[in-house]
Amino acid sequence: MKRGWVFGLLAASLLAGCGPSESTRTEEATGKTVTSETGSTAEKKVKVGVVFDSGGLGDKSFNDSAWAGVQKAQTDFGIEEKHVESKSVKDIETNLMTLADQGCDIVFAIGINQKDSLEKVAAQYPDTKFAIVDAVPNPDLGLKNVRALLFKEEEGSFLAGYLAGLVTKTGKLGFVGGQEIPLIKKFYSGYAAGAKTARPDIEILPAKYTGDWNNVDLAKAAANLLFDQGADIVYHAAGRAGLGVLDAAKEKGKFGIGVDGNQDGVAPGNVLTSMIKHVDEAVYSTIKDVKEGKFSTGEVVYDLKVGGVGLTEMEFTKDKVGEENLKKVEDIKAKIVAGDLKVPSTLEELAAYKPQ
Amino acid sequence: MELIFILSTLTGPLLLAAMGGLTSERSGIMNIALEGFMLTSACVVAVVSVATGNPVVGVLAGLAAAIVMALLHALLTQAYRIDHIISGMAINLVALGGTNFLDKRFTDLSRQGEIPQIPMLVFDVLAFGLPVLLWLYLKRTRGGLRLLAVGNDPDKARQMGVDPIRVRYAALAATGLLCGLSGAMIVTNAGRFTDGMTAGRGFIALAALILGGWKPIPTAVACLGFGALYTLQLQLQGSQLFGANLPSQFWNALPYLVTVIAMAGFLGKSRAPAGLGKE
Repeated sequence: MKRGWVFGLLAASLLAGCGPSESTRTEEATGKTVTSETGSTAEKKVKVGVVFDSGGLGDKSFNDSAWAGVQKAQTDFGIEEKHVESKSVKDIETNLMTLADQGCDIVFAIGINQKDSLEKVAAQYPDTKFAIVDAVPNPDLGLKNVRALLFKEEEGSFLAGYLAGLVTKTGKLGFVGGQEIPLIKKFYSGYAAGAKTARPDIEILPAKYTGDWNNVDLAKAAANLLFDQGADIVYHAAGRAGLGVLDAAKEKGKFGIGVDGNQDGVAPGNVLTSMIKHVDEAVYSTIKDVKEGKFSTGEVVYDLKVGGVGLTEMEFTKDKVGEENLKKVEDIKAKIVAGDLKVPSTLEELAAYKPQ
Repeated sequence: MELIFILSTLTGPLLLAAMGGLTSERSGIMNIALEGFMLTSACVVAVVSVATGNPVVGVLAGLAAAIVMALLHALLTQAYRIDHIISGMAINLVALGGTNFLDKRFTDLSRQGEIPQIPMLVFDVLAFGLPVLLWLYLKRTRGGLRLLAVGNDPDKARQMGVDPIRVRYAALAATGLLCGLSGAMIVTNAGRFTDGMTAGRGFIALAALILGGWKPIPTAVACLGFGALYTLQLQLQGSQLFGANLPSQFWNALPYLVTVIAMAGFLGKSRAPAGLGKE
């Protein structure tokens, strides 16, 4: 009797915590417009599944951006969509399998944490298409149904660093990362290289890593330390924890730089710009390819050239930055796009980098 | 100066949560659900503050929510005799999923700007003052002695005419209140609620409680130690140690490393309340 209570409770909490909290939307409205426009061509709707990273919706960056891409596809093509949030890494595999089982034409795995699970699931469902953001499945597995959506974060970060180098008054810049992993070092390398290009005598303070993607307090403390050491601009690549960096910038009247999504509005006027990773664009174009039967596997790289990464419009900070600086950023951007400037993506490449 | 400020914002939530854990465990109820209480409070504070535009109402609502969760833990363990660890785990999971749902349901995902806040100083004063008050309470008052008696030997307490169940409900209400304050402090410092923002600090508070031997002042010192280590590791990242540039992961792990060493060295001296987990 007592045991029953225990298990019932545990099961209930597990369901609440990590079960596939499906909110299936078939989007009746757009469905109608599609049929009325195309008339006779009653095409089968593309069924899209999305497994979000542990950050989940509402992170104002990565996951939200992917979601925006799905929504755009929904308005444009009237797709059918199912999404699941993964509360912990161990749910990911189940979530991917559930969506594949439900007959999704394409399943998106949002985030580097899903790599291992995706490799297993994609092998089991050779007829389902998969796409993963930020990771490349092991080539030895020879998966024929996975597209890897990659971004040149270092190129976008280079622009952010370059702009910071132009704007800084103290000549000192800071960086707060979530974990010291190759992906985050890409952000740092591009940022540091950009700053040095803008101003050779610039000092990049030692990067601070929170070791945690959730602890907003810790990221805020890290940013406060950097501001205290004389930095006047701090760039973050620390997921949700990084919101603490922007908060610190606001309290100190300094600048933070947002990441992944447009975070300029988090602390208007104190977020110099955000380095946007257009996950939305990658997701959207992949759905489009599936819809048009042009889905290809392998790596698809979204760089500065195709607009996969870039800075925001600087809605709130345009005046503080000034026309001249904006123009300089455009010039350096053109150089990168033209291939005249190779942006370092690792610390080794950064050490060898010579500002031109 | 900046370091002291950082130290207080990193230590405060630990202090409050650890004191919450203390009232619970001293009454005999094992409590791994501190994290859940904190998270619930943090979320409710954010949602209600935004909805009413009044931070005081928001904090009061957050405290109430945490108290309800804490009383639920008391109900499950006392009235339904569920294993304390299992009940705590369930509450943590409910809090994780529930706050995620609540946050999404009641806040606009594109919500920008911040929630209305009460000054951090209020929380700082509470966080550093309450351990002393709690110490005095346990030492000097009848209620404090009852709490200790129930935690040490519920049967004897019962024979002396103290109802352990009633004392425990009261103790858990205090736990909810203190953990609620901790969550409110976290969300106030961050300026917004984000998923899982307590980031395991309920468990660190529990570790501090064990290190401090379930006594208010030593526990507070342990919390301060953790806060100092967090601050120190951030400060030291990127600096040289014995001529070597250590990876950030080493510094990140420092507080936990010290915990393990301290536990190994001190656990012999740290004695749990004798009646912990007993009916």
